[in-house]
Amino acid sequence: MTGSPPLLVVDDLRVDLPTRDGMRRVIHRADLTVPAGTAVALVGESGSGKSMTARAVLRLLPSRARTTGSVRFDGSEVTTLGAAGLRRLRAHDVAMVFQDPRAHINPVRTVGDFLTEALITTRGVRPRAAEAKVTALLREVGIADASRRMRQRPPELSGGLLQRVMITAALAGEPRLLIADEPTTALDVTTQAEVMAIIDEARAERGLAMLFITHDLALAAAVCDRIAVMYAGGVVEELPARHLHERAAHPYTRALLASRPDPAATAEPLRAVPGRPLSAFETGPGCAFAPRCAHAQDLCHTERPSLSPAGEGLAACHFPAADARVTPQPGARSTPHGR
Amino acid sequence: MIGRFVARRAAMLVATALVASVAVYGALFIAPGDPATLLIGGGKPPSPQLLAEIHRQYHLDDPFLQGYLRWLGGMLHGDAGQSLTYKDSVTHLVTERIGNTAFLVAYAAVLIIVPGVTLGTVAALRGGFGDTLVTVVTTALMAVPTFVMSVVLIWWLSVQWDWLPAYGAGEGFTGRLEHLTLPALALATAWLAYVAQVTRSAVRAELASEHVETAWARGVPERFVVRKHVLRNAAGPLFSVSGVAVAGLIAGCSIVEQAFGINGIGALLVQSAAKQDLAVVQALALITVVVFVVVNTLVDVVTAALDHRVSLEGTA
Repeated sequence: MTGSPPLLVVDDLRVDLPTRDGMRRVIHRADLTVPAGTAVALVGESGSGKSMTARAVLRLLPSRARTTGSVRFDGSEVTTLGAAGLRRLRAHDVAMVFQDPRAHINPVRTVGDFLTEALITTRGVRPRAAEAKVTALLREVGIADASRRMRQRPPELSGGLLQRVMITAALAGEPRLLIADEPTTALDVTTQAEVMAIIDEARAERGLAMLFITHDLALAAAVCDRIAVMYAGGVVEELPARHLHERAAHPYTRALLASRPDPAATAEPLRAVPGRPLSAFETGPGCAFAPRCAHAQDLCHTERPSLSPAGEGLAACHFPAADARVTPQPGARSTPHGR
Repeated sequence: MIGRFVARRAAMLVATALVASVAVYGALFIAPGDPATLLIGGGKPPSPQLLAEIHRQYHLDDPFLQGYLRWLGGMLHGDAGQSLTYKDSVTHLVTERIGNTAFLVAYAAVLIIVPGVTLGTVAALRGGFGDTLVTVVTTALMAVPTFVMSVVLIWWLSVQWDWLPAYGAGEGFTGRLEHLTLPALALATAWLAYVAQVTRSAVRAELASEHVETAWARGVPERFVVRKHVLRNAAGPLFSVSGVAVAGLIAGCSIVEQAFGINGIGALLVQSAAKQDLAVVQALALITVVVFVVVNTLVDVVTAALDHRVSLEGTA
């Protein structure tokens, strides 16, 4: 992370959404960095604000949402971009793969119309050339009868095929950053792996950076370089994926890791994280996880911790754990504590 | 796929028209009163011979099935029988008047669809004060019955301002355009409001839909998003509502033609019904039903062509 600035920096992002009871905070502090060419996973339960954070990068939040903080793409501020600049960012630099391709692709127009539309309307590519380009891309993501698929409509395609179409659409714009919002959650288990492999391959070939949103810690660790864990509208821990199991310092991350069912140990009961997940607006002045945390102390209920170095990464915790409990390996080095 | 859908809808159209013809003929067959007495009129009790003669000439004593088949056969050959009160063939009465009514309906349809869709779209896209204004005004207009609207328009634009004629149908295209403006407005108002509201909610629903979010996320310029995603996808519901509106106009014609003294088939229906002129009422009722069903079938077919999911569901 030296030399050129990271491709994407989300700094102290706060988002409020209007509801019937006035403005309600959905993200209270999101900090995130995606260096060029790397994959960063944003992991959290539903409602933790991970999708919101991703949408804030492309300014896809509802028009009455209030955003403060900073989102910088390649050094330039996204939150203050004008209409033309925003269109340019969306058309050229950042592409998004949505969770549910069936809802996110216009059902009444053909696959070909959907795929070529952005090229034709945002870059003035001739329809013929656009068609040739996306047909080649469709073949590349493993759709053999690409020219037939181009003439079909979304209801005629399976979910797995449609998600490949969505990925093709994202790649067609030759972006530098791919935002994938739970791209496999709406798919059958059998097609999930295929779709993940396609994304991984396309990324490797093009040197694409990726912000990968998921609730699946294991999947995140498998496909990403770094992992950011979100809880109740804030990023609580950020660390290299390869150290997730040994060096997770935040109690929430550790609880998530511990609650994952172990296929080998069939006799053991499932361990859930105790308590229920909070929304960002429900949190008090202290640490959002404190009410569910086994190690919470007085300080945790009164003062909100900010991200500070812990273990191999950053953790927003007053008392980050040493590398003890998740793996039985005793901690060899001292862990810096928060304030 | 779409061929089978069209064939099915056409068969349903014919079946509906047949059922309607039985109902129309049957309802008036069992209606009380003797039409023959109307034909003779006057204060004196009519002579039994004369009544019998009229009954024979107009087939008033035929059994139901025989009478129905004769009537239906005649209708299919363009012969709708003789009017008792006008002393004229029903076919002639109708062809004479249908031009005015068709002009009125077409005029009102344009007045409904063009401003209705425009207002609804603008309200949904712009939001804010304009949206509220359109919603309030259209809700108020929807509550105004056609006959009240007719009286208000006559009083305001014709009597007070003397802008437009309040009576008759006029001659030629421009004459008709001038004479039929107020009636078309009266006929269109409530439906215009309805179409505007349906458009507004359809456009709003599309604007909030995920596939439109995708289009924004890809940097597609607004005019393309609105045209190719929002309006394109809202076109199905818009078209069906417009179709229902136009079909409803045909029924609404009677009131407006009476109110504005237009010599059309709506007014003819009202007058004939009052005089128990069976042949005319039967013919007009059947024509109304057939036109209504044809319009609805056309709408269904066009809707299916606009959105392939409809025909897929229909034949699955």
